[in-house]
Parts: sequence; structure tokens; C-alpha cells
Amino acid sequence: MTQDQLMVAYRQMWVIRKFEETIRDLYQQGKIRGSFHPCVGQEAVAVGGCAGLQRDDYMTCTYRGHGHAIAKGLSVRAAMAEMLGRATGCSKGKGGSMHFTDPSVGLLGANAIVAAGIPHAAGAALGAQMQKQKRVALAFFGEGAVNQGVFHETLNLAVVWNLPLVLVCENNLYSEMTPSHETTSTVETYKRAAAYGMPAYSVDGNDVEAMAGAVAEAATNAREGKGPTYLEARTYRLWGHMMGDPEVYRTKDEVIAAREREPIARLGSHLQMLGVKTETLTDLEDKAAAIVTDALTFAEASPLPDAQEAFEDTFA
Amino acid sequence: MPTLTFAQALNQSLRHEMTTDPRVFVMGEDIGHHGGIFTVTKGLWEEFGAERVRDTPISESAFVGAAIGAAMVGMRPVVELLFMDFALVAADQIVNQAAKLRYMAGGTLSLPLVIRAQQGGGRGNGAQHSQSFEAWFAQVPGLIVIAPSTPHDAKGLLTAAMRANNPVIFIEHKLLYFTRGEVPEEEYVIPIGKAEIKRAGTDITIVSYSRQLLLALQAAEELAQQGINAEVIDLRTIEPLDMDTVLESVSRTHRLLVVHEAHANCGVGAEIIARMYECAPQLLSAPARRLGAKHVPIPVAESLENAVLPQVRDIVEAVQAVIKV
Repeated sequence: MTQDQLMVAYRQMWVIRKFEETIRDLYQQGKIRGSFHPCVGQEAVAVGGCAGLQRDDYMTCTYRGHGHAIAKGLSVRAAMAEMLGRATGCSKGKGGSMHFTDPSVGLLGANAIVAAGIPHAAGAALGAQMQKQKRVALAFFGEGAVNQGVFHETLNLAVVWNLPLVLVCENNLYSEMTPSHETTSTVETYKRAAAYGMPAYSVDGNDVEAMAGAVAEAATNAREGKGPTYLEARTYRLWGHMMGDPEVYRTKDEVIAAREREPIARLGSHLQMLGVKTETLTDLEDKAAAIVTDALTFAEASPLPDAQEAFEDTFA
Repeated sequence: MPTLTFAQALNQSLRHEMTTDPRVFVMGEDIGHHGGIFTVTKGLWEEFGAERVRDTPISESAFVGAAIGAAMVGMRPVVELLFMDFALVAADQIVNQAAKLRYMAGGTLSLPLVIRAQQGGGRGNGAQHSQSFEAWFAQVPGLIVIAPSTPHDAKGLLTAAMRANNPVIFIEHKLLYFTRGEVPEEEYVIPIGKAEIKRAGTDITIVSYSRQLLLALQAAEELAQQGINAEVIDLRTIEPLDMDTVLESVSRTHRLLVVHEAHANCGVGAEIIARMYECAPQLLSAPARRLGAKHVPIPVAESLENAVLPQVRDIVEAVQAVIKV
């Protein structure tokens, strides 16, 4: 990535971070209902991953998907309004946090079922292949999803049909509230994917450039008809599984140590090494804050959906 | 007018749609090389090729999910489940995903998806190969559920399903595939959500669908010999359900019996009767009744299976009981 691209990525990661922080505040003020599964600490997977794609490529993600959705191009205003249940939300208040969708930017949906979006991405890849398009589909999912049946079914199908699919497993070491190594036979999940006959690698998910490079290479191969690739992005989830998670399953020291390696600070240090001034970085962070503040103002000023809206959009 | 089997009628519908719309493709187990275990996709692989007629691995969750993904990006997939019982393997994709993705996306997506499967018993295929799930699917907002009983209706409704732009569960019956009937050669559509009076009558309204509709017609012939003139309505679509046709009929006959092969407990019959009492109880001169399979898994031995699934004799007796009141 060029320095300019890295600075864009830096600002984007801050947008996601500040979005999640704002949601947490709203949640604690009782202004948000339902669930919230923050992706704090995992921003480089989303931003780097999407940087490796083209704008019209397809993407699915899970309920920890605010970062993926924003990185793919979902309007921060529409995302914030959806969180606040407004008519201007990306789903008009009908989807909420776990189902951000915007086909106009290739975001085919965030899913509450951990592995369910993986075959959707495979199907989008199939559709692109059948329509002779040069588009690829990318599925983001956590390491918890690799124990669901449809994960295995889809990996097999993707190889058999040589689909232009990029699979990105975001391994943050915890499946909900349980350490993944206690419930997963192969903690290096890319080895499972390799067993299905596709190229499979582990990548530092907290390194935006490494993510972008790995996804770009996988996407290029997919576009050239070489089939699917599996990337395991190693990262760490700095906050709990969801709002209200008491996090009894890990020590505070572990989290503090992980914070040292968190992706935004890492990229900041890297940019400084490349000669970018501290004020410039601060300015990017401020711009990110302004984007989120603007989104909140927009959302809070937006109307609630009319009750009749509940009865629309079931069918086309 | 040509006479075709139910399977041939479906084949014609698929062939016509695949010829005129390049976005339509089919996938499922054994549908390509083999032409489908009930011959519904016979010849399509040879004519349209492996790209558009795809044999899948035994991976219902993945291939239904892939159909969803393909439908989201402009294709029009028609997925075959070998047995409706296998829909349960893909239940998350059908119920949590296909039915709801458009709504959860605030209408920014649409899913032109058809899932075809055959249901039913009567062949001794056992409890995991003989079930009927239309009531389960009808209870899920976001799914259209269709169940034709004749080759004529099968062709027109499958064509309608492929053009519906929404997720359709298209229900066939293993014992209907080789029944025969007149089927127009040209392409045509039968409206989704419209029931049809298959036999006009005056003394009782029998509502049914799929294979049981044929048994209801047989029962009506037997009842006619006893001087009971039954009107038989074929629902054709389970959801959305055409209650208007049922109410209009009952306004003339004043008696209602619903017959289906699915287990009676919590079935479509219960739903229709609930609506009957909600909408117009005053039309009934006797309590409405429903008939369905008894509440046990479906056994294999013929004598046992016949004791569980509604038979013509059961329909005749049920009508007689309603008339006697």
C-alpha cells in the first residue's frame, strides 16, 4: 500500500473504533436495544481486507460486522441510524446491528448465524462466475464458525466448483465466551481449509498492509480462475463478546498485553517511522471522530420508522 | 391437448424457462447426469450443460446457501432437494436466511429462488423419507409455499414460481410424478395464491391439496353414490392461502372438511378451520373438521402406513360424520 493508502486506512480504522465507542456509550445510556458485538481491536482485518478488494466485489460478514460493513463502504450515517432504530437506517430499522446490508457497495449482509454467510459468499461467487464477471466474493467469519457444518460443506463445494471466493477467518482466539482452543481440534484453522484442497495461509490480521496484500493476491487468483483461497487472520478481540459480557474467561493482564499490539497504534507507529508527523495522525483521528459525530447527529435527528414499515419488504 | 405425466409437465416448465432466461439454472443431487431420481430434470443436462444443470454434493446447507447467494447477485436458481425431509439439513438457510434476508436488509435485496422437493408417504419409504412440511414453511413469514396436484397445475405453478422474484418452496409428491393429465403445450402461468374448485358440489366443502386432493376426489365419487354431493377445492398454494375461495364455497355448502397428508396436529387444516371460525362461523351448520396423518412417525409396512396416512375410506367416513351432525 502507498503511504496515502495507509493514511486512508488509518483514518478508516479510527472511524470504526470511534463508531464502536459511540455505540457502547449509547448502549450504556439505554438508547440502543438488542445486541452489540464490538470489533474493537480487529479493525485491520476489516480495513485491510476490504482494501484488497475492488469496490464491486461482494462480501458477507457476521454480527461482529460493523467494521467490515463500514470498510466495505456502508455509510456511517446509515449504520448509526440503523443502530438507533431510525427510518434512515440502512435497513429502515428492521435489521439492526447484526444485519447491516448494502448491495450497492457489494455488502450482501451481516449474519447472526456464524457460518451462514459463507455459502452466501460462495453463491455470489458462483453468480459472478456464471455471469462471466470479474468479481470475487469474500466471506469474513470468526474461528468459531469453522466448527459449523455449513463451513465444511461450503469449502468442499467452493473447491469442486472452482469458485472465485476468498475466505477470511478472523481468529480472535475466543468463540463467544469460550477460548477457541478448548473447543476446536485444529486451532490453526487454515490447515482445515488446506485439507479441502485450496491454498490456505495464516496472516497477521493486525497488520493492515499484510491483510491487504494477502486478500489482493487471493482475489487476483480468484479473478484469474484459480479458485478459492483461505486466509486465517490472526487478531485479538479487545472488548467482550457482546455488551454486558463480564469476561470471566480471560485475565485483565492478557487484554492489556494484547492492547500493546492493537492495529491502530501499530499503523500509527509505522506511519511515523515513514515520516508522518504526529499532528497529521492526530488530524486523521479528529477527522474520523467528526465523521462519527456527524453520523450520530444525523441519526438522532432522523425520524422513527412508521409502524406500517414493519409490514413492508417481506416480499419483492 | 397432449397428456403428460406430472414429472414431464415440470420438465417442460423448466426447459422453457431455461431456454428463455439465461439466468435460470438448476442444481441438486442426481439431477444432471442422472436426470433426477424422479426424472423431473431429464434431458436438461444434455441440452443446457453442466454450468446450468449442476449436480451437487450431499450438502444441502451449502447448496441452498449458495443458491441464496447466487439469487442475491442476479441469477435465478431452482434448487432441488431430493426429499423434503432433507430440507431440515438446510433449515437454517431456508428459514433463518432465505425467508428473512430481504426484510432484514430493509428491502435492498431480493431473492428469486425456488426450492423444489417431493414430500409424502405411501411407498413404504420410512419415517425420514415420507414427511410433509408445508405447515412448518407456511408459518415462516417470507416463504411462498406451493403444492400442485395435477400435471396441468404443476407446469403453470412452477413457471409462476420461477418468476415470483421471492423464495418459493415448491412441493411435489412422490406418488404424483407418474400421474397423467392434459397439459397445454405452450408456456402458461397459474396465479400463485389462487385455489381452484376441482369438483363442484353442494353438500360439503372438502379442502385439500397435493396427493390427498386426488384421494378427496375419489372419496367424492364414492360419496356421490350415497347421495352426498361434495365440492372439492384444491388449494394449490398453501401460503398465501386463498381463504376467499373456501369461504365462498362454505357459504353454499355450510360444511367444511380439510384433508391433508401432513400430521393433523398443528397442520394447515387447523389453520383453515381457525380462519373459518374467525371470519364466518355463522356459515357453518356443523362443526368444521380436519383430517391428517396420525401423530406417530410414518411406518414402513403397508398395513401400518395405511393406518397412519389418510386413506379414501377415512375421507369418506369423515364426510359422513360431518353430514350426520
